[in-house]
Amino acid sequence: MAMLDVKNLGISFGGLHAVDDFHVEIEKGQLYGLIGPNGAGKTTVFNLLTGVYKPNEGIIKLDGNDITGRSTIEINKSGVARTFQNIRLFHKLSVLDNVKVGMHNHHAYSGLSGVFRTPKFRRTEKEMNEKGMELLKVFDLDQEAFIEADNLPYGKQRKLEIARALATEPKLLLLDEPAAGMNPNETAELMDTIRFVRDHFDMTILLIEHDMKLVGGICEKLTVLNFGQILCEGETAEVLSNPAVITAYLGE
Amino acid sequence: MNKNERKIFKNNMLTYLMVIAFFVIVQTMSSTGHLSNLLNALLVPICVYTVATLSLNLVVGFSGELSLGHAGFMCVGAYASALFSNIAQNVPLVPRFIIAILIGAAVAAVFGFLIGIPVLRLRGDYLAIVTLAFGEIIKNLINILYVGVDENGLHVATTSNGYKLAAGGKQIMKGALGISGTSALYKPIKSWFFLIGIILVLITLFIIQNLVYSRTGRAIMAARDNRIAAESVGINVLKYKLTAFVVSAALAGVAGVLYSHNLSMLKVSTFDYNLSILILVYVVLGGIGNLRGSIIATVILYALPELLRGFSNYRMLIYAVVLIAMMLFNWAPAARNWRSRMLEKIRPGKERKEAA
Ligand SMILES: Nc1ncnc2c1ncn2[C@@H]1O[C@H](COP(=O)(O)OP(=O)(O)OP(=O)(O)O)[C@@H](O)[C@H]1O
Ligand SMILES: [Mg+2]
Repeated sequence: MAMLDVKNLGISFGGLHAVDDFHVEIEKGQLYGLIGPNGAGKTTVFNLLTGVYKPNEGIIKLDGNDITGRSTIEINKSGVARTFQNIRLFHKLSVLDNVKVGMHNHHAYSGLSGVFRTPKFRRTEKEMNEKGMELLKVFDLDQEAFIEADNLPYGKQRKLEIARALATEPKLLLLDEPAAGMNPNETAELMDTIRFVRDHFDMTILLIEHDMKLVGGICEKLTVLNFGQILCEGETAEVLSNPAVITAYLGE
Repeated sequence: MNKNERKIFKNNMLTYLMVIAFFVIVQTMSSTGHLSNLLNALLVPICVYTVATLSLNLVVGFSGELSLGHAGFMCVGAYASALFSNIAQNVPLVPRFIIAILIGAAVAAVFGFLIGIPVLRLRGDYLAIVTLAFGEIIKNLINILYVGVDENGLHVATTSNGYKLAAGGKQIMKGALGISGTSALYKPIKSWFFLIGIILVLITLFIIQNLVYSRTGRAIMAARDNRIAAESVGINVLKYKLTAFVVSAALAGVAGVLYSHNLSMLKVSTFDYNLSILILVYVVLGGIGNLRGSIIATVILYALPELLRGFSNYRMLIYAVVLIAMMLFNWAPAARNWRSRMLEKIRPGKERKEAA
């Protein structure tokens, strides 16, 4: 059974069919790419998958469970986490606290426990600190654990978003242009990190990316969107050599 | 504890210590006759406004919502508790006062919940508008409310002759004239009110500081910093915004209780829009999200106009200058840089140790 199984997904804004008849099947542990020109509807697909927008039609199944139409919060609880194209960190919180917010639902104690600093509070906070630091180490962020997220350099902010998403212990990770704004060195490093995340956490990953080197380097399968519709899908090498894709994507 | 938690812990302790030191110094001065009657009369109100400012900072600073009706929550806390104290005169003094505080907190919390539930769902500054309206509506409602008690029980009306009390009955709430004589009920413990006020300030600090630096507080601040991202990691934004708002309202209610029990005449006109704005000014000038700053700003800005009475004409001028100076000190980038440089100079040894 596929980890993510989407059928006939669609939404329109006014008259515009931003996404139309979208479908995808992603196996557990797969690294899947979603590409397409600007305004093709890629971010909108993410917003549909995470409940930010409610689809006009279609079915979204995660690990066999129908999650169509659920709220963002419920969808995260059932195992979908994401990053954002425009970075959305909790900018006044420390780097470690950003990750700890991600652990909110898996490491719980009550508000009263917090006010009275009960043993449960201490125990859970200690657990969260340890797990959080471990996670930050994966992204080479442990040295910056106690600075404000706002003060991180751009590339590290993108990494922190991924770390925060992973802290929610998802089954499926959605990355929206993780390499945007990075230089080639940082991008290469990010590719390694994404691969590591997949192997280490046995994660299923769907990512949007414009950087063809990254896409070609790490994705096993691709779907190409154009004007809200699927232009082409399949093995990465095949898709990237498809003349229709080259025309649409590069505008040649 | 990691480095951050140690820093927060020290910071919190420092705030408690500051409040206790303030109490010890002022109490010593007062009991040795070094405080004027005027200043002595300010001590309990200072505690009232400190609790109010701290609680408003929870909403404005940590939850990132603008509330313009904080006086409304103080008002319902003040009236509900004063009503109780007047009705339940057969309950012994100390438990009665404690129950009055709990009632003030609970009633204000209920109002906070009822307002928060519909409004905090919406994105944008609707809370400011609705709390503003709430403050005005509650004031006008209480203004026409008459409550009396006699052997048949409680009577409530909206006009002065809305009910007839049986012989031996007592008018408690008299519309615009409010409730009188509440403080007289507590005469035996009246001299302890400053201490009680300080304890309430410490309890307020304890609740807010510990709440903020816990899982709940992180969720509240995450929802403030980025609502969409908070939802994307499974945070129930409405729940945490509501938590902050209700706790804040309850604590404002407690401030109201202290206020009404310290006065012989409780009038609703006190709790007007200007009071809400005044408390907001204390919050902003003390530093948004800065609890110690809230306390300092309240003490200075509340006491200042009274202390300056001798300067008659220049009073408001000096007050304005201090307001502007505090604002610059807290918010101007140059002043902030200067302060952090000074802090580093004061603690060079510590910095080195941490770097090692
Ligand atoms: N909330 C909305 N209301 C109206 N139109 C929207 C909304 N969200 C997206 N759109 C439109 O849907 C289309 C697809 O947008 P989307 O952001 O999904 O593109 P994208 O493929 O992510 O592009 P990019 O590569 O630039 O990020 C665009 O035309 C956009 O204007
Ligand atoms: Mg996009």
